Amino acid sequence: MKKYSTPLIDELEKGPWPSFVTEMKKAGKNNEMANDAVGHLEKCYSTKMGYWKHGGIVGVLGYGGGVIGRYSEIGNEFPGAAHFHTVRINQPSGFFYTSKALKEICDIWDKYGSGLTNMHGSTGDLVLLGTKTDALEAIFAEYSSRGWDLGSSGSALRTPSCCIGPGRCEWSNYDTLGLTYALTQEFQDEMHRPSFSYKFKIKSSGCACDCVASLARADMSIIGTWKGDILIDQAEVQNYAKNGMDINEEIVGMCPTQCMSYDGKAMKINNAECSRCMHCIAKMTKALRPSGERGATICIGSKAPIVVGSLLSWVVVPFIKLEPPYTELKELIRNMWDWWDENGKPRERIGEVIEVKGMRSFLEAIGVEPVPQQIKEPRKDPFMFYTEGDIASYKAKEAEEKKTGKYKF
Amino acid sequence: MALPQRKTDIGPPNFEQFLPPVIKKNYGKWKYHEVLTPGTMVHVGESGDKLWTVRVASPRLISTDTIREHCDIAEKFCGGHLRYTTRNNVEFLVSDEKNLEPLKKDLTARGFKMGGIGYGISNVVHTQGWVHCHSACTDASGLVKSMMDELMPYFESKRLPNKLRLAVACCVNMCGAVHCSDIAVVAVHTKVPTINHENFKNMCELPTVIGSCPTRAISPDPANKSVKINADKCMFCGNCFTVCPPISIKDPERDGIAIVVGGKVSSLRTNPKFSKLVIPYISNEPPRWPKAVAAIKHIVEVYAANARKHERVGEWIERIGWERFFSLTGIEFTFHSIDDFTFMRDTLRTSPAFKW
Repeated sequence: MKKYSTPLIDELEKGPWPSFVTEMKKAGKNNEMANDAVGHLEKCYSTKMGYWKHGGIVGVLGYGGGVIGRYSEIGNEFPGAAHFHTVRINQPSGFFYTSKALKEICDIWDKYGSGLTNMHGSTGDLVLLGTKTDALEAIFAEYSSRGWDLGSSGSALRTPSCCIGPGRCEWSNYDTLGLTYALTQEFQDEMHRPSFSYKFKIKSSGCACDCVASLARADMSIIGTWKGDILIDQAEVQNYAKNGMDINEEIVGMCPTQCMSYDGKAMKINNAECSRCMHCIAKMTKALRPSGERGATICIGSKAPIVVGSLLSWVVVPFIKLEPPYTELKELIRNMWDWWDENGKPRERIGEVIEVKGMRSFLEAIGVEPVPQQIKEPRKDPFMFYTEGDIASYKAKEAEEKKTGKYKF
Repeated sequence: MALPQRKTDIGPPNFEQFLPPVIKKNYGKWKYHEVLTPGTMVHVGESGDKLWTVRVASPRLISTDTIREHCDIAEKFCGGHLRYTTRNNVEFLVSDEKNLEPLKKDLTARGFKMGGIGYGISNVVHTQGWVHCHSACTDASGLVKSMMDELMPYFESKRLPNKLRLAVACCVNMCGAVHCSDIAVVAVHTKVPTINHENFKNMCELPTVIGSCPTRAISPDPANKSVKINADKCMFCGNCFTVCPPISIKDPERDGIAIVVGGKVSSLRTNPKFSKLVIPYISNEPPRWPKAVAAIKHIVEVYAANARKHERVGEWIERIGWERFFSLTGIEFTFHSIDDFTFMRDTLRTSPAFKW
């Protein structure tokens, strides 16, 4: 194997943080592809530019995604990196593994690819970096026969992912791991055979802490919440105070709705005014916990800046119960896709289509009523679409008022 | 040897088979948790069962050898159970307290770095960069390594007013939640793309290319059977390049990075926020990006010195005002921080009540 001189990236083997260059070299010791990827990267550092081409269309029979073609512009110089495709393996919910399963994944990858991975990619997949087109069918047969399927890519439902949820968190308001598994199984066709206008991401967080950053980067953000009171263990409240917490400053004073008080002896919460932001619960986890009905808020539309600016997801369904087999949610998702399919242009995310067509069109299509929980504030301009139906219903309300002699605003 | 029979649309394996017994037993019945050190925490179930977690840094781009090492450690101390986090850390799940200290000792001996839990800096969410992406203006992994070498104390021991989330995007496509991070780097192009007209007509779809431009800078060029770009309107987003390879936008001397601050995704106390632009341009300086690293470290230190307990970067800035952020950090305020794209109406000030 060719030994590359890599003075620039060698600099990135120094210092305390674990080095990706060391990892690449480790893989490159016995693997020509990884070795050439090391030389390829040194070249990028020396010229300050990348050399990868746009993805080519490669994949496995019957699937339209899950593999991202990657070729180098300078493959002659680095033949091992000339073809360097990515294989996305659908991760288990919550990124839980056993050593036995992971070692099996490694053995197969060493046999057919570069030995380089991302644990994990941004979307959530276990990413295998660098293989050749003629190895793809074998890779797929080896993994799928052992229970591992490909994740998604392209204009499709992207591999759903979630926070650790009830696996190790006291704040989870629904089974994020179970829901993610159920939705992934339900929508295999939508994941593996891209048929959408563009990508669609679903990310599930168990509470408003949002540990998968769902609200910022998922077309559908499923954020756990509850409807009951926050239960207070007053003895534990006292323990926090004893251990140095300034409860009035750190908790009561930072409550966004000012719905709580503490007089040095007992904490009180006016639960009706609580917005369930999680600040007090997260800081006093031994003393405070949610109770009552559990479920989630469904928010729609977030994405990164391309094309006309970033979006955060908007509240669409303020509360939905999430229990197996999740029939209501699955139906809601399908209704959203139908509307998106009818109204979206190629490469338009669902949030962008909502901006173009209006939230009303979207809500009506999916059968969700308008409620103030969906907005920060009402519209500021007086330009409205009044349909014949709108005016008829306002007139009917007035006729009713005349009959009863009582106004209904 | 013959290949095994392939299966399609089986989906991922059910996660339940990978859960340690203590998690299966206490699933959905956790009572509370405590952060013991920046690298360890314990979760306690209503049953009284305990689960210790030891979090370890990873560069995300890892070799199978390193994954096997993770596995060996998990076999020795955790019954073979481990997991990864959304921020690319590795977590060893310990159900027997007597394995906790030996595990930590073993990790230290092997050179693994424990940390990232609680009010400090965890691992950095980032993109592929030059390692593996066609549209990268910089190398994300190299920037992350350079940043974290410098910020290591905040991962391992030093504490901040709240957690501080860092991210790096190697272009404005921003794979990952870069646009809602406490401090993030986004790499930018700064030159109008060039077009290879000969290849354009064979490789690109005219309406798609015109439609890809957010500022309508692209119009047809019938003479060349191609398109032309109005230089006055181009904001260098690179979306035309994404849909049409013969359009080239990368330029080694002009590509650079910008720094955005004040974003968050959680709803604790205040609503989720986008990160906002404070430093519009720093030259690409591989392999160590010294100016970018210094700028980030400086912002971290000013935040650490000035924010109140539990305030995230964006909450601290909202309390003191952006004019105060710029004066405290000494960062030069430029035209680039005034939005002239889609958010102008929301971001200009409409009151004479501000600070000097």
